[in-house]
Amino acid sequence: MIRIRYILRKKNQLLLVSFSFIVFAYFTKWVLQSEVLFTSSLIVASIVGVLPIAIQAYQSLRIKLISIDVLVTVAVIGAFIIQEYAESAIVTFLFLFGAFLEQRTLNKTRSAIQSLTQMAPQSALKLTESKDFVEIPVEEVKVNDILLVKTGAKIPVDGIIISGEGYLDEATITGESKQAHKTVGDEVFAGTILENGTIQIKASKVGEDTTFNKIIALVEEAQDAKSKTERFIDRFSKYYTPGVLLFALIVYLLTFDIPKAITILVLGCPGALVIGVPVSNVAGIGNGAKHGVLFKGSEVIQLFSKTKTIVFDKTGTLTSGKPQVVNVKYYIDNKEKALQYLSSIEKESDHPLAKAITTYIGPMETLPINNTAVIKGQGIVANINDDKIVLGNTKLIEKENIIIDESIKKDISRFEEMGNSLVIMAINGKIEVLLGIRDAIRPNTLENLNSLKKQGIKKMILLSGDNQGTVDKIANELGIEIAIGNMLPQDKATYIKKLQKQGERVAFVGDGVNDSPSLAQADIGIAMGSGTDVAIETSDIVLMNSELSSLPFALGLAKATKNNMVQNIVLAIGVVIVLLLSVFFSEWMNMSIGMFVHEASILLVILNGMRLLKYKLKKKSKPCQ
Amino acid sequence: MKKATLQLETLTCPSCMQKIDKTVRTLDGIDKDSVNVMFNSSKLKVTFDDSVTSVEKIIDAISNLGFDVLSSQVTEA
Repeated sequence: MIRIRYILRKKNQLLLVSFSFIVFAYFTKWVLQSEVLFTSSLIVASIVGVLPIAIQAYQSLRIKLISIDVLVTVAVIGAFIIQEYAESAIVTFLFLFGAFLEQRTLNKTRSAIQSLTQMAPQSALKLTESKDFVEIPVEEVKVNDILLVKTGAKIPVDGIIISGEGYLDEATITGESKQAHKTVGDEVFAGTILENGTIQIKASKVGEDTTFNKIIALVEEAQDAKSKTERFIDRFSKYYTPGVLLFALIVYLLTFDIPKAITILVLGCPGALVIGVPVSNVAGIGNGAKHGVLFKGSEVIQLFSKTKTIVFDKTGTLTSGKPQVVNVKYYIDNKEKALQYLSSIEKESDHPLAKAITTYIGPMETLPINNTAVIKGQGIVANINDDKIVLGNTKLIEKENIIIDESIKKDISRFEEMGNSLVIMAINGKIEVLLGIRDAIRPNTLENLNSLKKQGIKKMILLSGDNQGTVDKIANELGIEIAIGNMLPQDKATYIKKLQKQGERVAFVGDGVNDSPSLAQADIGIAMGSGTDVAIETSDIVLMNSELSSLPFALGLAKATKNNMVQNIVLAIGVVIVLLLSVFFSEWMNMSIGMFVHEASILLVILNGMRLLKYKLKKKSKPCQ
Repeated sequence: MKKATLQLETLTCPSCMQKIDKTVRTLDGIDKDSVNVMFNSSKLKVTFDDSVTSVEKIIDAISNLGFDVLSSQVTEA
């Protein structure tokens, strides 16, 4: 047993020895003109070369598996029988050399994820009972430990900042090298780098639960999740290899032509076919992971590459999800007073519109308010000093019997046409301030949607819980044909189901928090979510940086990966067909040439797969605006 | 029961995978359904009964097939 292990470990040295003997053999033939030395050198080269192959063949046969090693071993034995030592030596050499190169190049196609793994933090500085920080391996960190992170260090585990502040490079999580400023109360992720500042964090997720480790595990599983095509090829090659053995035997029995039979054995190896598909997937998924796009397996890539319909959620997907005050009109002379009143009342509320207003005004000294009454869906009525304040939408203003004069009515309809939600403040029965608040469209959204159209997306649909007016406005601006508002999360899922019944393949893009039903219902669920567990678990594709610009990249990469896989399959099958035909219909084919072409085709599919690592979405030059 | 994750040398042929898979399955104290050889990441994940076998025995069996085990990690299942 030990010796077997030893021989297999020394495969590369055996390769070198076999090569030296082959060179020496031809040296003796052409320079020394010695047939005896020539033949015996080749015999040595063959034996050295076939040794590890035969051992592997024996191991496979023991578990009832007819592997490529078995075919090659039988072929070499056949070559020995007909005393074609040059053939046997060269075939074993090429086979070993091919395996050597394959290992090297395959490592390259898998390098994207390995480079991520290497970003894993190794140690942490933990606060001990004696109030100082001690370095411990990251595996020993427990939830609620207090850890110190210094400038330039990696965040060891997921946690919350409890003191200090700093700039973090979160490229390992989002795929984007953009610095994020974080301070007390903010969440930090394992594997991200503290570019400057010093912080103390309280560990919240450790070990396999950190976002970083979850991403790694997810990508690794995705790379090995088999698509239908792959499962077919697996099954196919299970019968294919024994089939080749049988075919060679039949040819021999019919023709008694040993050279032809053993050449078939060598040619029949399904190497390129078996390697070609996984190579494309691994490179494609790896590239995606590096750029913050997680594909959950090759099935997802194939489905997505064929998708023609994309359904978008509005809030947080096409828009920023944070309403902002965009238009203000004052009818009051004392602006300062109006702002102070607004600030004092809205500070008390959690409503998104109220938050937008307090953010807009900024820090301000507030006044005590009393007699506050919240009218659901309309606004707030309250008193400040001796003033009666009415703050809310037009419904509330009408209900309070406040007069809206013609010029204000004009302002209101102008604000509404711009797609704003309205907040009106009246003091003592007179309208003083009109605020237009909008959930702004994310920057470059139109550009990204247009590039999706160029990539072959035929139909875009916007579904939202917002009112139809706002939804129409946004759809208009973005050139989306179908837009439906007033939808609950389950309505969206039902709508997607309806599309699927009409035979459409539907991708859904949402923020992953309240859109889980739609993410699950769609053929391809795409979550915009940096590091939220729900998003990672329920979706098929995760855009880690929550940027819509990742979507054209994801679609382009999926298409490129799919094409790459098809190229590899065509190449692999084509080579086998050409080789098999040449055995019967040409003079030049023999075992060595066959092995050479076979190994070359394997390397070719690997190199082709490697091209995907470099894939980037081509930026078209922008037209002048 | 314990869960082991072994990082293997780069696997280049699917038949290597089948060899490792079948060999590990035949060992004593292995949860047969848990054996998962991942071709692309060249990893083996397996759950085993630590009163019957050990991660060293699993590593030994794989090494005997001629595959290097680069690192291993054992956690409570």
